[in-house]
Amino acid sequence: MISQEIVQKVLASAVSRGGEFAEIFVEDKKSSSAAFDDGKVEELTSGVSIGAGIRVIVGETTGFAHTADLSEAGLLSAAEAARSVAMVSGSGTKAVALSAPNEHTLSGDILVPSQVGKKSKIELLEYMNQIARSTSGSIKQVSAGYGDSYRRILVANTDGVFATDEQVRTRIAVSVVAFGDTGMQTGYETAAFTMGFEMFEDVNIEELATLAAERAVRKLSARPAPSGTLPVVLQGGSGGILFHEACGHGLEADHIIKDSSVYKGKVGELVASPLITLVDDGTVSKQWGTALIDDEGRPSQRNVLIENGVLTDYMWDGLRAKKLNRASTGNGRRQSYQHLPMVRMTNTYLVEGKERPDTIIENTKHGVYVARLGGGQVNTATGDFVFGMTEAYLIENGEITEPLRDANLIGNGPEVLKNIDAVANDFSITPGTCGKDGQSVPVGCGQATVRITGVTIGGTANG
Amino acid sequence: MDDLEIVAEKIASQAKPGEEIEAFVAWDEETSIRVYNGAIEQLSKSQSSGVGIRIVNNHRQGFAWAGTLDPSSIDFALAEARDNASFATEDEYLGLGVPDNIAPKTLDLWRDELSSHTTEEKVSLALELEATLKNSDKRIKSVESANYGDASSIAAVVTNTGMRASYRQTFSFITAHAIAVENEETQTGGGYSVGRTISELELNKAASDASMRATRLLGASKPTSARMTVLFDPQVTTTLLGIISGTLSGEAVIKGRSLFAGRLNEQVASQIVSLVDDPTNPSAFGASVYDAEGYASRANNLIVEGVLQGFLYDTYSAKRAGLITTASAVRGGFSSTPGVGARALYLTPGTKSQSELITSIDNGVLVQSISGVHSGVNPISGDFSVGAEGLLIRSGRLAQPVKEFTIASSLQRMLQEVVAVGNDVDWIPSVAAGVSLVVEGISVSGV
Repeated sequence: MISQEIVQKVLASAVSRGGEFAEIFVEDKKSSSAAFDDGKVEELTSGVSIGAGIRVIVGETTGFAHTADLSEAGLLSAAEAARSVAMVSGSGTKAVALSAPNEHTLSGDILVPSQVGKKSKIELLEYMNQIARSTSGSIKQVSAGYGDSYRRILVANTDGVFATDEQVRTRIAVSVVAFGDTGMQTGYETAAFTMGFEMFEDVNIEELATLAAERAVRKLSARPAPSGTLPVVLQGGSGGILFHEACGHGLEADHIIKDSSVYKGKVGELVASPLITLVDDGTVSKQWGTALIDDEGRPSQRNVLIENGVLTDYMWDGLRAKKLNRASTGNGRRQSYQHLPMVRMTNTYLVEGKERPDTIIENTKHGVYVARLGGGQVNTATGDFVFGMTEAYLIENGEITEPLRDANLIGNGPEVLKNIDAVANDFSITPGTCGKDGQSVPVGCGQATVRITGVTIGGTANG
Repeated sequence: MDDLEIVAEKIASQAKPGEEIEAFVAWDEETSIRVYNGAIEQLSKSQSSGVGIRIVNNHRQGFAWAGTLDPSSIDFALAEARDNASFATEDEYLGLGVPDNIAPKTLDLWRDELSSHTTEEKVSLALELEATLKNSDKRIKSVESANYGDASSIAAVVTNTGMRASYRQTFSFITAHAIAVENEETQTGGGYSVGRTISELELNKAASDASMRATRLLGASKPTSARMTVLFDPQVTTTLLGIISGTLSGEAVIKGRSLFAGRLNEQVASQIVSLVDDPTNPSAFGASVYDAEGYASRANNLIVEGVLQGFLYDTYSAKRAGLITTASAVRGGFSSTPGVGARALYLTPGTKSQSELITSIDNGVLVQSISGVHSGVNPISGDFSVGAEGLLIRSGRLAQPVKEFTIASSLQRMLQEVVAVGNDVDWIPSVAAGVSLVVEGISVSGV
């Protein structure tokens, strides 16, 4: 994308006024999407963005600038803007030595989006629309969306890193509205992988459309969710977001360093039920949060955060790792070249246990079974979180019974982790988008069926 | 502004016979500063620009964008938009807007003063905010972040069907997030101030709000589950109105996704609810001279004394509904096509201050913030369930702090059960103004 020689010049300029570290991140991204709604192919979109972000670290301060001008002059002017945080003029020239390039290219098995005709993308959406509408007469509206992105990145820094990567991601989603005597209800399903169009050899879009449609229809007869604290069983793959929100964010080193995490100073302590082993792993094959290198050029790795209930480590990016004189864990990510990297999760999951999911339900006398969770949110300083149930049922005498209307669950991360008393063996990962400080990145969340002894359910019916 | 119009004009002029082209060109310049412990943590300065091109040909629409104004990228976007249109379904209502001869209002949304401030001044402001907040109360243990940010943005939209508009605005803001600790318990709270330039910012208000909101939650516990009256803080009301605005979109109505479809002229809210979307109000941060399709902004009454008056429309949805646009096209930036949205919702205020409203509540809760809105509110079914924190109200007075509870109802019911609107209208940088709001019959779930 840019020669090593120019990269060296730009980095040298970035630290020429004194500054311990400089980095250049170059990104060339093409994306396309298609939207089907209201019985029509509504819109196809294509986008292109290319540019570089340069950061300079001087003491505790990070200076940052970005440019869409990748000429030598454009990059040097961004380097000058980024280094302006070094208020005192420094020591003149500084030589920058780069390692041999660490270059990754896509494997031949990947069907790059630009090689796939637009017609094939639309056909997927038309098919999902048709399947969803044929599920039931009460389906009133269907929208389906397809999106792909192809991103080439180059990261180099004054520590000598020089790495490149090519990343392809593809996603599909369907959203259904059902109408009945009780008003309208919705169902949603999505599949997303760090893969090209070959993903549709594995993904069953018919099943996605059917699931979404059935969910919307079933909720038409749902009763209001209970109000109060009850045992909750989370279906495998449905609720990884709980662990992402309830403890993942609190294990990000930026929160630890700023004293804004309940997990600060707890390494080596029992912070969860001994049934809990929590991992963040950017290397899981083809998952939504997977990449060969992070956005600081560091190889992705598998990091055990909690092992049998004991806190083992936090997640680190380069900046925070440097402060503690340790290695990054490959968790430095950013939304685009226009953003600074920060500590982010990749694929965060709870390692599966030994019980059968059916046994867990049978052993629950009265509670709520959550088959699908929506998004969630956490306050890392207090550990308080919420997340929404988008498909849930009552459990009565060990059996799943009536469907419930959408409601939020609320709890405290550290408490919930201690109150997990069963973990099943039906692990799976679902894709999501994680927002932090105004930046969105793709992540995976995984878990097997688990039971929490008590969570507050925010419905309107007396529990 | 002229430069952007020239770029947009050049793109729109490349239309082939039968083609309608819209070029939306945007430029912005931003500064963002974060300080921590008396030093700059991050300082970022940037300029960016881009273009979004929409093409309608034979009633088929295609779109493409480029995050740069580099000629080869613009050519790529133009060619892709053209190609994309050929794959879309024909829809007789598709077509770009034509001028409606409604004159734009003069709105002063740009301050030249902003560019006269140096980066050093902006850094000092953030540092002063951090220090003020830290010294505001001995229970404020740390300031998680204190930020200064500003943005100047200009956009132009030109079509070969005669639309031509450009508009610009500046914003400046400070935000701070406090961590309060007492007896090993931690609570957090945020404060901010927004203006169109630095001299419009209120630093002391931002600091005292963050301090008050964090410290008053210390000692919070879960409330007992019950049905009660809820007093929403202005910021929370803004969020609620933002959700309700989605149900008032003509596009949602047409596509069968609005819970208000078919309810025109019905009593959908209590009589004290009157809601208008008026982007010509310069106090609103969503104000703009034109909408995203280039029509002059205008005020639209949505609910008057509880009765539903109408919905918001852009060119396409208006055509489908057999109406004319309400100039309510909005866009997230150059990388997306316009959609329908509110920009400056405003609930007609009542006469009482928040403290007067409190005295009228016997048993209730003041909700100062809500969480899980994107997962807990379904704007299609109306189901509403969110996390909340705040203070109980007992016999007309604020009582103990409460947290980790949910409040639940439905959007339809809440609108009917509004019993008071405060007089404390606060223009928050969002699509709606904040104001204290009292709603009865909400299920509070705690222990």
